[in-house]
Amino acid sequence: MKATVYVTIKQNVLDPQGTAVQGALHSMGFGEVEGVRIGKVLEVELATTDRAEAETRLKDMCEKLLANTVVEDYRFELEG
Amino acid sequence: MKFAVLVFPGSNCDIDCYNAVEDTVAQPVDYVWHTATDLSAYDCIIVPGGFSYGDYLRSGAIARFAPVMSEVRKAAEAGKYVLGICNGFQILTEAGLLPGALMRNTNMKFRCHSSLLEVVNNRTPFTNQYEAGEVIDIPIAHGEGNYYCDDTTLRRLQDNDQIVFRYAEGSNPNGSVADIAGIRNEQGNVVGMMPHPERAVSSVLGSADGARMFASILNAWREQHGAAVNS
Repeated sequence: MKATVYVTIKQNVLDPQGTAVQGALHSMGFGEVEGVRIGKVLEVELATTDRAEAETRLKDMCEKLLANTVVEDYRFELEG
Repeated sequence: MKFAVLVFPGSNCDIDCYNAVEDTVAQPVDYVWHTATDLSAYDCIIVPGGFSYGDYLRSGAIARFAPVMSEVRKAAEAGKYVLGICNGFQILTEAGLLPGALMRNTNMKFRCHSSLLEVVNNRTPFTNQYEAGEVIDIPIAHGEGNYYCDDTTLRRLQDNDQIVFRYAEGSNPNGSVADIAGIRNEQGNVVGMMPHPERAVSSVLGSADGARMFASILNAWREQHGAAVNS
């Protein structure tokens, strides 16, 4: 089973990288860009076919390591 | 009094910390590898700067699971002194031993220069040799030193006198909330800071202001143990 984990900076936390990219897009003429937030995508292969178990384990992975929940949110999608 | 300087793969301020202890307070000090499972021999544990485990994923995120970190947690609970500097501070926040998180500097730059700090709390084992409100010169060297915590946590830090150092007015180099450069835990025995006191222990290095941090630790330990001056 394959999981795609998205880790994003919380909305109320400033994302300096996103702000820099927004500035770059503006200077290139993409004036319609109102905001950019940069996050991470992790592709995780799991040796299980049990969806419920995979979800429980992934949540644990996210809480413990993949996201720092002080400043980041996470969500994931499961395929297969 | 016995000091430990932790060494993770990717630590790069461990030797400076070791030398700073020897040069400032002349106490026994050991390098302790990240796989160690016993820190009971040590009175003060220094978590040095660097890029532990390459800082992959997030600064300090992987180091916090090193075997030695459960010993650091035990030492902190036992009231021993724990000082996290730069990457060490990031590791201590990731480990939950200190609140908040260190984010990318708002200016997106790696800032490496001397910095002026205000000693906000001089009633800690790490700062008792400074005057309250004294401004000291301690260098910084980081790309992710932008301290963040939510408003509730910030109020708690302020109410409990947990802010130890602030960047001097108008000189915040990284966007830190409330100009925070260093904080302590509620108990007061764990301090994390982005600036590097170990790089400021001699006028030859540009500043000797960091030396008094090490002197503070020894002084606190002696007071706590009623120890003779030469022990």
